[in-house]
Amino acid sequence: MNLQPHEAKLLKHLEDGVEKSVGQLVDELKMDQAAIVRASLTLNKEGFATTSEISGLIAIISAEGKNAIKYGLPETHLVNELKSGNKTIKNIKLKTIGIALGVAKSKGYVVIDKCILEATKKGLASLNTKENELILLEKINNDEKLEKSDLDILKSRKLADYTFKIVRKIKATKKGIDFAKNTTIKEEVSKLTPDLIKSGKWKDVILRKYNVEAPVATVHQGKRHFVSQATEYVRKIWLEMGFKEMTGPMIQTSFWNFDSLFVPQDHPAREMQDTFFLDLTGKLDNKFVKSIKKAHEEGIEYSSGWQYKWSRELAKKPVLRTHTTALSAQTLAQLKSDDLPAKYFAIGRCFRNEALDWKHLFEFNQVEGIVIDKDANFRHLLGYMKEFFGKLGFEKARFRPAYFPYTEMSMEVEVYHPKRKGWIELGGAGMFRPEVVKPLLGEDIPVLAWGPGFDRIIMDYYKIKDIRDLYKNDISQLRGMKQWMIG
Amino acid sequence: MPTVTLDKKTVLKLLGKKVSDEILKDRIPMLGTDLESISDTEIVVEIFPNRPDMLSEEGFARALSSFMDIKPGFVKYEIKKENSKVTVKNLPKTWPYAVCVIVRGLKLDDNKLRSIIQLQEKLGVTLLRKRKKGGIGLYPMDKITLPINFTSRPKEKIQFRPLEGKTIMKVNDILVNHPTGREYAHIISGWKNYPIFVDSSDVIMSMPPIINSHDVGKVTKDTKDVFVEATGTDLNILKIALNIMITTLADMGGTIYSLEMDYGTEKFRFPDFTPRKIKLDKNYIERLLGIELNDSKIKELLGNMGIGYKKGNALVPVYRADILHQIDIVEDIAVAYGYENFDEEIPKVATIASESKGTILERKIAEVMTGFGMLECKNYHITSDETLTTKMNVEKQQLIKPENPANIEYNTLRNNILPGLMKILSENTHNEYPQKLFETGDVIHFDKTSTTQTKENAHMSCVIADVNSDFSTIKAILESTLKSLDVKFSLKKAKHSSYIDGRIAEIKINGKNAGYVGEINPQVLNNWNLEIPVLAYEIDLSNL
Repeated sequence: MNLQPHEAKLLKHLEDGVEKSVGQLVDELKMDQAAIVRASLTLNKEGFATTSEISGLIAIISAEGKNAIKYGLPETHLVNELKSGNKTIKNIKLKTIGIALGVAKSKGYVVIDKCILEATKKGLASLNTKENELILLEKINNDEKLEKSDLDILKSRKLADYTFKIVRKIKATKKGIDFAKNTTIKEEVSKLTPDLIKSGKWKDVILRKYNVEAPVATVHQGKRHFVSQATEYVRKIWLEMGFKEMTGPMIQTSFWNFDSLFVPQDHPAREMQDTFFLDLTGKLDNKFVKSIKKAHEEGIEYSSGWQYKWSRELAKKPVLRTHTTALSAQTLAQLKSDDLPAKYFAIGRCFRNEALDWKHLFEFNQVEGIVIDKDANFRHLLGYMKEFFGKLGFEKARFRPAYFPYTEMSMEVEVYHPKRKGWIELGGAGMFRPEVVKPLLGEDIPVLAWGPGFDRIIMDYYKIKDIRDLYKNDISQLRGMKQWMIG
Repeated sequence: MPTVTLDKKTVLKLLGKKVSDEILKDRIPMLGTDLESISDTEIVVEIFPNRPDMLSEEGFARALSSFMDIKPGFVKYEIKKENSKVTVKNLPKTWPYAVCVIVRGLKLDDNKLRSIIQLQEKLGVTLLRKRKKGGIGLYPMDKITLPINFTSRPKEKIQFRPLEGKTIMKVNDILVNHPTGREYAHIISGWKNYPIFVDSSDVIMSMPPIINSHDVGKVTKDTKDVFVEATGTDLNILKIALNIMITTLADMGGTIYSLEMDYGTEKFRFPDFTPRKIKLDKNYIERLLGIELNDSKIKELLGNMGIGYKKGNALVPVYRADILHQIDIVEDIAVAYGYENFDEEIPKVATIASESKGTILERKIAEVMTGFGMLECKNYHITSDETLTTKMNVEKQQLIKPENPANIEYNTLRNNILPGLMKILSENTHNEYPQKLFETGDVIHFDKTSTTQTKENAHMSCVIADVNSDFSTIKAILESTLKSLDVKFSLKKAKHSSYIDGRIAEIKINGKNAGYVGEINPQVLNNWNLEIPVLAYEIDLSNL
């Protein structure tokens, strides 16, 4: 026989064979009445307990009644006051004078004449006998049953009230007592406390079962910004292919951002409206000034250069880098032939002076890569690009000719978006011109280079329509965002 | 990059073959032009700055026709000799060059006229850099008399009726009151003498690079013969620009007549269409492209780009502006070969990967902070002076500001990360608290010793907005963070106006100040309209 925790608890309590009312059990077991009644029904059914119901008038002594038991009835007090002589009503110091006077008069204990009260003989005699009301009250106190007429007397004097009630009493049967004695009754608990665990008491209790399908409050975990998550993945792609990470400042001299990359000084990209220049005068790295100046003015071997007068001053102007390609130029400048072949990548924030709207942002992320290898060729460039975008989930990539001042061949990479069923342009790639490589590296060897942006890929992955949402930092958006799951 | 609208009918006629839209849509981008749209009447393309010769219907069709193998090969133009010379003298050093030519026998219509004007304008914007390098002018031959002089005069001695002007105007008047004058006045500002073209009767034809005369410098559809000039600062570029213009006119049916350019000490005839010879190294081409080629294949591919080939030399037409080096020919070969026809390959080159220290540190910090249940935020590096200074209750400070920002509210480079996090808190008061945020990133300061006069330091900052937290909460997190990162540090009582006095400490790493930790000053909370206490710290990571 398997009893539910409540039932077992009740039976265990009744093990001593004493009959108890539901009211008593509520107090003793700290269970609610409905639970006790429900449990008792099962115990009855199993023959573990019997339930008896007594119905009848149950008297409840009022506060006034309790006072009367303790100090006597008001009319007795009044007669007592008049024991030593007549008094005017005013001279009687009795709180309950109203009730006392009414009852005493009707009982014939006092007479009243022109505001003077006098105790009668009957009244004085009453001091030596016990009033009927008190006798009845004491009977109630002693759990004796009263007749309805007696109760009505008390009720009319507001000394007690009564109601009709069923009292349910429960008593264990022998079978129940035997069962209880042979069974360990487990208590039900909701919280598993350290004490329960440590003491081993957890074995003696039942852990309440929960509604595991009920809804719960949302928990906010700490997490990385989604742009960081995407960046980490892009970084992983290049690391897996054996690339070293390049880093460097966001503020560059125009020399490194433009001149070292063979961007002529009057190129539209160098105009104020596109680029964030700083009102400062930088310094030039003299080691390269001469060769870069020459590349611009008259070219290198086999090249005509741009054929103009190169200005040192313009090259000194600091600028918020417009591309991470500035880092590639600096890396080339530091490489020695022993270091080759070499592969580098960078991921960094770049800047363009652009009015903010849903599709334009003045800061963007670029992923940069260079491969410096005398055996590198154009097909390798296509291979790296296809691999990179493939790892980002775009299986089809195509390449079309484009133009950048520092690469030749130059191309735009487009990937096929399977859901949108169209090609999307993701950025540029190419092979650095000899005019870029020779002055920096000292020799003209093939350098594959690319610098696509990946903000569009992040937006696509997270279904962001407004580019400003990348850095809006809306806390509920950040809390609710899925993890970057590619890779 | 310039976008040009081309008349589709003209382009198709010049192509010399019926071609469907589908084929055009496929081929135009593969030639290296960005196709924007194609309709029944128009082709809209973005021409990359290396191919200004494709800015007109004629130039575009010429390139496309050879690329599509309809009319491959080097295009030859006949040049006749005009027995006249243009004298170039007394010019300001700032505008010393001119090249001139005559084209006769044009049959213009509205469409051709529009094409010429578009080409003139786009060349001015691109190759000639908004006329800073030069300008191009056309004049009906029936309004002028040869020989022509290019010279200069003081502005008081120049007056004429500018193009579309109502009356004869003086120079100052043109530069102030004529729309084109106003637009380009900055180019000649401060010059003593202004360049002008005058004909043999001393009629002022134009004042380059500003504007032509309305009376003698306006070409109409009735014009048959034109005098064309380009003037400016870079003779080489001027020659290319004018070659592009006159080959377009020749493609329209005109005949080119060369003129002698007389610079006094130096004289030359213009134009000279002798192609530029560039020696090709077959090994170099094959090595760079990763494909095998033979002589006839090279010749064929070059022909598809309108480039000639003879005995190992590429013959580059005079209207091509982009050929500086053999590599530019290699690219043309690659384009003709078709980028889509190369087999992609990843070479097996073993190199060892590595991450930068900064990246590793940023990741470690993120691991620790997200472990505390903090949310990483990312802000712009460009913010506002107000965010960094007034809102943070700090004294006016020296900050780095980019010139002419397009967004007025983003005008300053951040020197701390905390203000950006405060801004985020102020924009998220409707979201559930507590809010616990952190950010790692670079901040920018002045540094006279650096080549850019600035330095960038990695910082991290975190904020906790919570009614149930206080100084001990943030101090505990700071200590735990730095211990996790194995950094030795100490905290010292300090003052900082962004924080509450008596509830702020200075973080010292290696005995140097590396940041602050504390409870944010209620004044700062008021400035940001925040009603919840905020605890924060910021650390300079550059000395860890």
